[in-house]
Amino acid sequence: MSLLEVDDLAIHFGGVKAVDGISFAVEPGEVFAIIGPNGAGKSTIFNLISRIYEPTRGRIRFDGQDITRLRAHDIARLGIARTFQNIELFDHSTVLANLLMGRHSHRATNVVQDILFLPKVRREERAHRRKVEEVIEFLELEAYRGKMIAGLPYGVRKVVEIGRALAIGPRLILLDEPASGLSVEETQDMAFWIEDMRREMGLTVLMVEHDMSLVTQVCDRVLAVANGRPLALGTPAEVQGHPDVQAAYLGTERAS
Amino acid sequence: MRVIFKTSYDRDIDLHEHGWERARMALLLGVMALLPFVLGEYYLAEAVNTLIWALAGMGLMIAVGHTGQVSLGHAAFLAVGAYAEAALMNAGLPFLVSFPLAGLIAGVFGGLIALPAARMSGIYLAIATLAVFVIVEELVILLEPITGGVGGQMAPSITILGIGFDRYGALANFYWLCLAVVALTTWGYANLLRSPTGRAFLAVRDSEVSARALGVNVTRTRALAFGLSAGVTGLAGALMGHYIGYFNYELFSIFISINLLLVVTIGGLGSIQGAFLGAILITGVPQLIAILRDNLKAGVGIDLSAVPGLDTLIFSLILIGFIIYEPTGLYGRWLKLRAWIELFPLARRDMFRRQKSYLKTERMR
Amino acid sequence: MELLQLAVGGLANGCIYGLVALGFVMIYKASEGVNFAQGDMMMLGAFVALGLGNGDHLGLPFVLAVPLAMAVMFCVGWGVERVVVRRIFGQPQFALVILTIAMGFVFRFVAGAVFGYTPLVMETPYGGQNLNLGGVVIGYADLIAIAVTIVLTVALWAFFAFTRIGLAAQAASQNQLAAYIVGVPVMRVNSLIWGLSGAVATVAGVLYASRGAIDPNIGLLGIKAFAAAVIGGLGSLPGALLGGLIVGLVEPIAGRYAPGEVAQMSPYILMLVVLLTRPSGLISQVQMKKV
Repeated sequence: MSLLEVDDLAIHFGGVKAVDGISFAVEPGEVFAIIGPNGAGKSTIFNLISRIYEPTRGRIRFDGQDITRLRAHDIARLGIARTFQNIELFDHSTVLANLLMGRHSHRATNVVQDILFLPKVRREERAHRRKVEEVIEFLELEAYRGKMIAGLPYGVRKVVEIGRALAIGPRLILLDEPASGLSVEETQDMAFWIEDMRREMGLTVLMVEHDMSLVTQVCDRVLAVANGRPLALGTPAEVQGHPDVQAAYLGTERAS
Repeated sequence: MRVIFKTSYDRDIDLHEHGWERARMALLLGVMALLPFVLGEYYLAEAVNTLIWALAGMGLMIAVGHTGQVSLGHAAFLAVGAYAEAALMNAGLPFLVSFPLAGLIAGVFGGLIALPAARMSGIYLAIATLAVFVIVEELVILLEPITGGVGGQMAPSITILGIGFDRYGALANFYWLCLAVVALTTWGYANLLRSPTGRAFLAVRDSEVSARALGVNVTRTRALAFGLSAGVTGLAGALMGHYIGYFNYELFSIFISINLLLVVTIGGLGSIQGAFLGAILITGVPQLIAILRDNLKAGVGIDLSAVPGLDTLIFSLILIGFIIYEPTGLYGRWLKLRAWIELFPLARRDMFRRQKSYLKTERMR
Repeated sequence: MELLQLAVGGLANGCIYGLVALGFVMIYKASEGVNFAQGDMMMLGAFVALGLGNGDHLGLPFVLAVPLAMAVMFCVGWGVERVVVRRIFGQPQFALVILTIAMGFVFRFVAGAVFGYTPLVMETPYGGQNLNLGGVVIGYADLIAIAVTIVLTVALWAFFAFTRIGLAAQAASQNQLAAYIVGVPVMRVNSLIWGLSGAVATVAGVLYASRGAIDPNIGLLGIKAFAAAVIGGLGSLPGALLGGLIVGLVEPIAGRYAPGEVAQMSPYILMLVVLLTRPSGLISQVQMKKV
């Protein structure tokens, strides 16, 4: 059974059909990419899956469960984590606090217990910290643990955001342009981490990406979209060779 | 610079990073507890006033500093707390029951307002709180049987286990009572900040959309924070009622709301310490002005008391100065100063330079 | 008949609320900030006009005093933006809220120090003259308030919709960096808008003063005008006027049928209802954050 099934998804902003009839299914353990030119509706698809936007029509199913009508804050508990195109970290907190925030969907204490800081709260905090330390080790963030986000370089922030998503302990992770703004070396690291997420953590990865070298390197299957409509679905090589995709995405000069 | 070797996660979870800090806190509390033996009646009363303002400031800090919800109407919760306390005590409840209950009433009231208001963001919430303030002010006049209407209300004197805590009869006792309330609240507040709830508050403040993606129910978190904020401010209101003794709606004017904002902004948004520094400033400056006024009159012959509204003007200018030159407030300035001393002589000017930033709208078109 | 009489007074009041609300909306449109000193700018404008025009002060003719006061307040608004507001560029929205509240207190202090705190009456050519229309008595001051407000609203709307500077101001409010890059002089546009709002506030102040006495605390009317702006929709000029008129009408009518406290509350209750049902006002703009 597919882990994530998107069926005939559409959202219209006024008259603009940002996403219009997109369907795909992501299998467990797969690395799946959505590509397309700017404004094709890739990030909108992410925002629909993470329930920030209300779809005009269509269904989203996760692990057999219909999540189309769930609220945005219920998504994390199911095991879906995401990152954002423009990095949405908590700028005035430390890296550690940001990662601990990722554990929020697992919290087991209420506000009264928190204010009194009962022994249970401390136990929970230690457990969260252990999980977060695993993520820190995995992403090699040890040097930045106590640093404020606001002072960190862009590439590190990008990694911290992925760390925060991993701290959720997800089964599916949505990466919105993980390589944008990264140097060639950093993009290479990203490729290895995505590989490791799949192999070591058993994660399923759904990503939006412009960098075709990263896509061909790590992805099993690719969906190309343009103007909110699907163009082609297949292996990276198949999709890249598809004439419609070349026309819409890679530029007409190569198609001619 | 001090280097701390952390050998367990508890070092990060504990309130204080090392024993010296804990000792300093205990020392401060000890000195505060000894104040009644040192200070005269007048200055002790001022110290009580400062404690009450610090309590109210902590209340507002939860909303403004830690969840980014600006309230222009927090005087309304002071009023709710004060009137609820007076009404409950007049109904015969002992202080130990009525006081927490007054805070609870203010808190529930705040939470109920915030639940729909939490869906609004930024400026709209500020406006809504302003509206709530005006409505509460008028309600106080309308609900004469409970509040005494325009005439006012008397806060009964406090007795716990036969010991008097009256503001006039036993000022030292009243001071210790306020100190205990403030100390407990500070402890609870600090606990909150190191717990999942406090992290959720910060998350909602810094990035609503990613808080949501991490599983934070933003509406409920905002309402909870605002409710807690109103509750703590309500406690301060209850104490303020006892401190003033006999009060009417004029005690809780819009200027009090503004002064509270001044406390948290000048003190330093997002830090508990800021609420205290702000409270010291707002209760201390009028004293300084009074002393200055007397000296000028006696020494130079200039009579400043002929200029009405001088206090407000000075507060306004201080506020404008801080917002322009030191938006992180007194506490932020202190942190920079401390960093400079610790790094001396290696600190560089540019370390604290603010980044240029641009306004980006949240509107889509 | 009585209701009609109340309505006329309410309309004139509403126009003044509307004009102050226009000032809020202009600044909001240009920089997405809210100027809580708008009410105090109205107060200051009224006092400047009074100081220029009244016989016991400078004694200039009314038709000269008002434009001069507008010019003075244009400079005050412009200067406030240049000297103070510009420096907190990029700080969170509420920094401007607190800053302008503090500035309002400074204005109030200045007016109080110069003119004192006893209510003063402005001398106008049309003061105290009435028109009797079949039992309904309408003051000339009311009529002029209504007429001036309508003309001014249309003019400002046209300014934002059609002129280069108006369009530039709108662009600047949506993304300052982008507007700056495409060549909009963001800073200069902002100063200009603050100046304009000062001039508009002066008109509101003069209209207010011609209908009654003024003292340095009339700036508190700004809060009510603010409610009006929110009811109409913070981003919309016609909305501001509509909100002002609604508040102006609701107040006397509520006062007629309910205790005075309820009348005092009515604008704010109305505002809360609008905020809860249509959070962006009656005439709204799309509000959503892009991620």
